[in-house]
Amino acid sequence: MIAFRNEHAIKDPRDERKLFDRRATTALIIMVVCILALLSRYFWLQVLSHESFATRSESNRVSIRPVAPNRGLIYDRRGRVIAENLPAYRLEIILEKVQDVTALLDELSELIEIGEDDRLNFNKSRRHYRVFDGVPVRFNLSEQEVARFAVNRHRFAGVDVVPYLSRYYPYRELLTHVLGYVGRLDDADIARVDAGNYRGTRMIGKIGIEQFQETRLHGTSGFEKVETNARGRVVNVLERKDAVAGTDLVLSIDVAVQQAAWDALGERPGSVVAIDPRDGSVIALVSKPAYDPNMFVHGISQQAYNEILNTPGRPLFNRALRGGYEPGSTLKPFVGLAGLEAGVVNAETRVFSSGKFYIEGYSRPYHDWKDGGHGWVTLPSALEQSVNTYFYQLAMDLGIDRMHAYLAQFGFGAVTGIDVQGEGKGLLPSREWKRAAREEPWYPGETIIAGIGQGFNVVTPLQLANAVATLANGGKRYQPRLLYAAKRADDERAQRVRAPVALQVPIKNPQDWQLVLDGMDRVVNGTRGTARAIALDSRYRIAGKTGTAQVFKLAKGETYKASEIAEQLRDHALFIAFAPFENPRIAIAVIVEHGGGGSKVAAPIARQTLDAWLDQEMTGQGSGP
Amino acid sequence: MKRLLPSWLGLPRLDPVLLALLLLIIGFGLMVLYSASGQDIDMVYRQAIRLGVGLFAMLVISQVPPHILRIWTPWLYGIGIIMLLATWFLGVGRGTQRWLDLGVVRFQPSELMKLAVPMMVAWYLHPKVLPPAWKAVGYSLGILLIPTLLIARQPDLGTALLVASSGMFTLYLAGLRWRVLFGFAGVAVAAAPVLWLVMKEYQRDRVRTFLNPEVDPLGHGWNIIQSKIAVGSGGVTGKGWLNGTQSNLEFIPERHTDFILAVLSEEFGLLGVMLLMLMYLLLIARGLHIASIARDTGSRLLAGSLSLTLFVYVLVNSGMVSGVLPVVGVPLPLISYGGTSAVTLLAGFGMMMSIFSHRKFIK
Repeated sequence: MIAFRNEHAIKDPRDERKLFDRRATTALIIMVVCILALLSRYFWLQVLSHESFATRSESNRVSIRPVAPNRGLIYDRRGRVIAENLPAYRLEIILEKVQDVTALLDELSELIEIGEDDRLNFNKSRRHYRVFDGVPVRFNLSEQEVARFAVNRHRFAGVDVVPYLSRYYPYRELLTHVLGYVGRLDDADIARVDAGNYRGTRMIGKIGIEQFQETRLHGTSGFEKVETNARGRVVNVLERKDAVAGTDLVLSIDVAVQQAAWDALGERPGSVVAIDPRDGSVIALVSKPAYDPNMFVHGISQQAYNEILNTPGRPLFNRALRGGYEPGSTLKPFVGLAGLEAGVVNAETRVFSSGKFYIEGYSRPYHDWKDGGHGWVTLPSALEQSVNTYFYQLAMDLGIDRMHAYLAQFGFGAVTGIDVQGEGKGLLPSREWKRAAREEPWYPGETIIAGIGQGFNVVTPLQLANAVATLANGGKRYQPRLLYAAKRADDERAQRVRAPVALQVPIKNPQDWQLVLDGMDRVVNGTRGTARAIALDSRYRIAGKTGTAQVFKLAKGETYKASEIAEQLRDHALFIAFAPFENPRIAIAVIVEHGGGGSKVAAPIARQTLDAWLDQEMTGQGSGP
Repeated sequence: MKRLLPSWLGLPRLDPVLLALLLLIIGFGLMVLYSASGQDIDMVYRQAIRLGVGLFAMLVISQVPPHILRIWTPWLYGIGIIMLLATWFLGVGRGTQRWLDLGVVRFQPSELMKLAVPMMVAWYLHPKVLPPAWKAVGYSLGILLIPTLLIARQPDLGTALLVASSGMFTLYLAGLRWRVLFGFAGVAVAAAPVLWLVMKEYQRDRVRTFLNPEVDPLGHGWNIIQSKIAVGSGGVTGKGWLNGTQSNLEFIPERHTDFILAVLSEEFGLLGVMLLMLMYLLLIARGLHIASIARDTGSRLLAGSLSLTLFVYVLVNSGMVSGVLPVVGVPLPLISYGGTSAVTLLAGFGMMMSIFSHRKFIK
């Protein structure tokens, strides 16, 4: 039949059917083989590789999401909220769902303000996130922005507005130098912290209490095991371990006292530090000028930052912790006590002030502030009138070595150990220091001026306040504490935190101490006291000491006239005090930069601050929250 | 007496075996679709309506005797070619020109060619002596290549492949000699590099992805990887109806259309796949049986090639879902969501039923 393969052949239906059946059978066999081969593929997938694919299916389905803990709140000593968390919205982009981020940001900026700095921050931070995490673009969206985005949401795949809790400091600049602020987690932070615990966290304490107490405030991150669909949307929560909120902190700061000191300083740069001598807790820590920390929370713009930098008075500088000032006459009570305890002087020691003091063999005079001098004075009256000659003589007799050793016990020249970072050390000069730092021997004249707190002496306001507290409470030097109490998430009540004692200054003769305290009492309450003006109408008894720190060294023969000297060159005004005299509840140091005289400028500020504290203390309000 | 009555006044003449198999597959398919659509009952209704239309078309066509169908064949083929040419100028569709908008319905002329090409080749070979002579082979190739190239140009490689294979199967069943067949196969392999040159970039990507899906797991490789995960995680017995996580959580792309077999594999496991394959094989075997007992050459070739084409659907789709064949837009017959393909297939089965019910007229 194969021979009939031409157009003239005759169709043979029977042969054709046989041919078809052969072909169909062959095809069927091939098809069965193919199906079997295919099924073997399915067998391989579904039986032999089942485990691996089942695992992949499971990991497709389930993802673990971090649950960021709520940051602990911060209260002041009286229970006022000074750092809180407010509900807010941030804009996030999920990178894996976006093709062209730049174009997307351009398009988004039509709805939501996205500045150069936001873009910069976004580009800096994006590599820290996994492709399926939301990278924050902008924080703290306004209600209008949230609404505008909601209407246009369909245009932006991979962009989301996410609710979160935003840190807010209701007292703004008043507490900046205490609290610090939180800011975006950056490279350095991420290297430092436990990455696992910060998976869901976007903010971290940058300075101040927020930084120092970061571990407490942050809390413990939780997680959520969620079922997500292919687009990453959560379909179902399978398992949840709640985050443990951060510890709420109570600071020893009293906002009312802080505010009083702040207001009293007025427009002048300066610092006020007040410490409770009974327990070393810090009642007020003011550094002026300051800035609004809320600006930093969501990443400050370069322009705004430059504005702060260029503000006169350096608002970023924490004077209370780091400001170095010559203590001037405020050091005299401590020098006096050093002389008494060393036996160089006693209650009966009298010195004649003629207005000028000479070291034997030298012609250079050392002056009293009053022309013609104060006449015969003992220690209390020398303190009362701030008689330099008495302390020149005392310092000469004591010598720099003993003076250094004694004053060091009050914490001068060393950090106080307060619970916040960035504290300055100040400088308590010694023979060894001068040799090491200047490669020069110590000259006797330097001992003379060290005796009145001048020369190389540098103190910070905090150091000075803590030294006063130590003096007032009978020599118990605390490491001052800002943290007053802490309430962990599972605590019923806040647990009191106590300041550790750094040192008990040895007391050789309690009467020596009383003598110095009496002298300080006379500064305010004596008839010739340099700060007697602030005693007026006081419902409690204040003891204190004025001081003036030279900024501008007078040439020989010149007299100092404040009105004739440019503001920046005027002396710093200082005042230290404690009250009530009989039972001290507050110790304070006030420094007003270029304020002029301590008695006229600094002392009234102290009085207002003391009032704010003692008025409520004495009307029976407790000191605890 | 019986023969004086028009057949359509009596009981419709159907092949109960074929009908039973079709209804089984359709029922299973709707069940899987309910799950694949995310339990969207409206989608199931829509598909059921289309299948109903297809079944109705099948019923109508099955009542038309094969020789009448053969009279229509050249017209059908001619209209199909004209419409394919029309898509060249008037076609609509995303990135391709597959659809003709006829106002009321959108219509894919290439779908029509899946029927028209084997019909036309069978029509042409019907009066010829088989095995076909060289000249007949040449004409047959012409008949199948013109629409194939027009469809490939759209571009729609999947349909072009099905159309070409349906024509080739007709030739094969007509007894085209093995030597020639292997020769064609050789030419096809040799032409592969040329094909690569004329392919669009997305088609090349599909081939690249097929060769190594893990290169771009979130992009082009995503479909294949997620499909394999769905199949593999199904295991022997499956995760259970409506319980497929890959499907419900939308990891499987095109899960109610081209990749619906992945959903079935995930939820019904290897047993489900085997059951489905068995049903398809029975359907094909039944088709071949109908062809074998057909009244005349043209009917035999048509029924045979339609059966074999069905196999290509199954093989290409299930190969694609399990990652052994590249992604080509070929639906799983009677199960994938979509109207045109279902109606075409059922119309084809209508012709087979017609061939079956008119077998008795031969001696």
